[in-house]
Amino acid sequence: MIFGIDIASMLLGGVAAGMVLFIVSVGLSVTMGLMGFVNLAHGGFAMLGGYAIALAMKHWGLGFVPALVFGFVVTAAASAMLERLLYARLYRASELDQVLFTIGLVFMMIASVTLLIGPENQPLALPTMLQGQINLGITQYRTYSVVLIVVGIVIVGGLWLGFERTQIGAQIRAAVDNRRMAESLGINIARLFTITFAFGSGMAALGGGLGAEFLGLDPQYALKYLVYFLIVVAVGGLGRVTGVFYAALLIGVLDFVLKKYVPQGGTAFIYALTILLLLWRPQGLFGAKAT
Amino acid sequence: MTPPQAGWADHPAARALASRHRVRMWEPIPWVLALAFYFVFPKYLGFGTELLVTILFALSLDLVLGYAGIVTLGQAAFFGAGAYTVGMLAKHGIWKEPITGLILAAVVAAAVGLGSGLVLLRTHGLTLLMLTLCTMALLEEAANLAHDYTGGFDGLDSLPIAPLFGAFEFNPLYPKTQYLYVLTVLFVCFLFVRTLVYSPFGQSLTGIRENMLRMHAVGAPVRRRLVLCYALSAAIAGVAGGIWAQANAYVNLGTLGLDRAATVLIILVLGGYSRLYGAFIGAVAYMVLSHFLSKIYPTAWQLGLGLLLVVIALFARNGILGIAEAAVRRLGTRQATL
Repeated sequence: MIFGIDIASMLLGGVAAGMVLFIVSVGLSVTMGLMGFVNLAHGGFAMLGGYAIALAMKHWGLGFVPALVFGFVVTAAASAMLERLLYARLYRASELDQVLFTIGLVFMMIASVTLLIGPENQPLALPTMLQGQINLGITQYRTYSVVLIVVGIVIVGGLWLGFERTQIGAQIRAAVDNRRMAESLGINIARLFTITFAFGSGMAALGGGLGAEFLGLDPQYALKYLVYFLIVVAVGGLGRVTGVFYAALLIGVLDFVLKKYVPQGGTAFIYALTILLLLWRPQGLFGAKAT
Repeated sequence: MTPPQAGWADHPAARALASRHRVRMWEPIPWVLALAFYFVFPKYLGFGTELLVTILFALSLDLVLGYAGIVTLGQAAFFGAGAYTVGMLAKHGIWKEPITGLILAAVVAAAVGLGSGLVLLRTHGLTLLMLTLCTMALLEEAANLAHDYTGGFDGLDSLPIAPLFGAFEFNPLYPKTQYLYVLTVLFVCFLFVRTLVYSPFGQSLTGIRENMLRMHAVGAPVRRRLVLCYALSAAIAGVAGGIWAQANAYVNLGTLGLDRAATVLIILVLGGYSRLYGAFIGAVAYMVLSHFLSKIYPTAWQLGLGLLLVVIALFARNGILGIAEAAVRRLGTRQATL
């Protein structure tokens, strides 16, 4: 019985971490699938959004939820501007140019934040309502983790509906599967790119704010967790919301469990697993077969 | 109808091919400068040694990225493999002789490159990028875990490297021997790479970079060429890592990290890739700038570096050498029209 509770609480922690991973990575997956753009600056948007949220709460006394909305809007607007001005020039460029451009962008983000705000960790104070423990019937558990799981489920449900049941979702899916065909059907791809990019970066900002409680928030955030976001996207498959969701849960739970039982070799195991998975299915676990 | 062989040697394409691998007038200049540096700046030989090793490492990346067109974020895996080979053999008293140690480093790195290349190069695009990144991260974790052999996070220091030819000591404070040793090794490796890229093998690599489908169609063994190139580049990166470990007498996890892999990529692109001397120009520009700026204004340095990368990706895809070539060409046409 004790053992069962132990497993349940560990799963809960892993699932909560997975939800944050999902919220950050989903935008990366869709923009990579849609535009074929290797965007290594995605973690940078999560970091900037997290800062916007933390600073809005600290200096303007905004509540947690309004601050999250603020972070989403600010990051989405900034990234839409960047997309129109700079990213759009590189859609047809080589992968190498995209990698260089986005690495440069990350460096600039990290350096600017360090210069303007400082290199130290930004504390993000949760509202008292979300602190403490909650009684789940079988076990006591941290309220915030439970809230994260609920929020994650709501978001994945919303995204699924938006993707599968709305016109813009259908347009995105069409463009991911066959861009030329979608274009010739009269879908405005450039506008679609901008909207998706801004929305994806906004989601990353949300994830940056929601995850700051256990991932921390400092300028190096942008590079520190990038490999994890990329692994989630690569394993989940490009442009697949549900694929990214399952991959994020898998990686989140695995990371949590491994860190607990094999604190030494856990990360190595995840890398090895990713390599094997990608060799077995280069398009990711849930991706469509590359044509 | 003229027979096809009449005059094919005069064809501009044939002439361009024939003249490509000839030694050009300016080619001895960098080597003369490198030798002069030894006499003029005896106080900066440590910096000079680091610079030469960086050039060698960037050269290995140029082979795989600039000529074969494989976009990798994991080149430091081979640098680290070479460095740890030298470091572990010396620290545990198995092998201390430097030159054969370098050969062992090259062999080990080439084996890692061959093994990973055989499986990784089936993929392309984002998957390949991720796999190179994960392979490097896996090696880094492995080096961290095998604490008893690799020293883990602290690395291995004060490696007992035997004197070169039994006569010339590696003195970390006055790195005279190191500088000349690294310069010689760089020259040998450069000759190898130069011969390689102008050989039919090198031409076929360029063909694969430009149009893989067409190279398949003409019957070139694309996979085998790519894997071989990957392994050769790994061997050179291994030599760079091994010589770095010998010159500094230590190894640490930093030799395997993403930082090193990203830096060498930046250096190569800054100088200009798929041009043999891009590695030289890029390394000199980057190392001199970072040596003076990064210590005084580390954050501003990062900001400037980021800006530089963005500008290069957007406007100057061929780096410093590309800009210089374009300027020379423009000058040439202007004179021709005058």
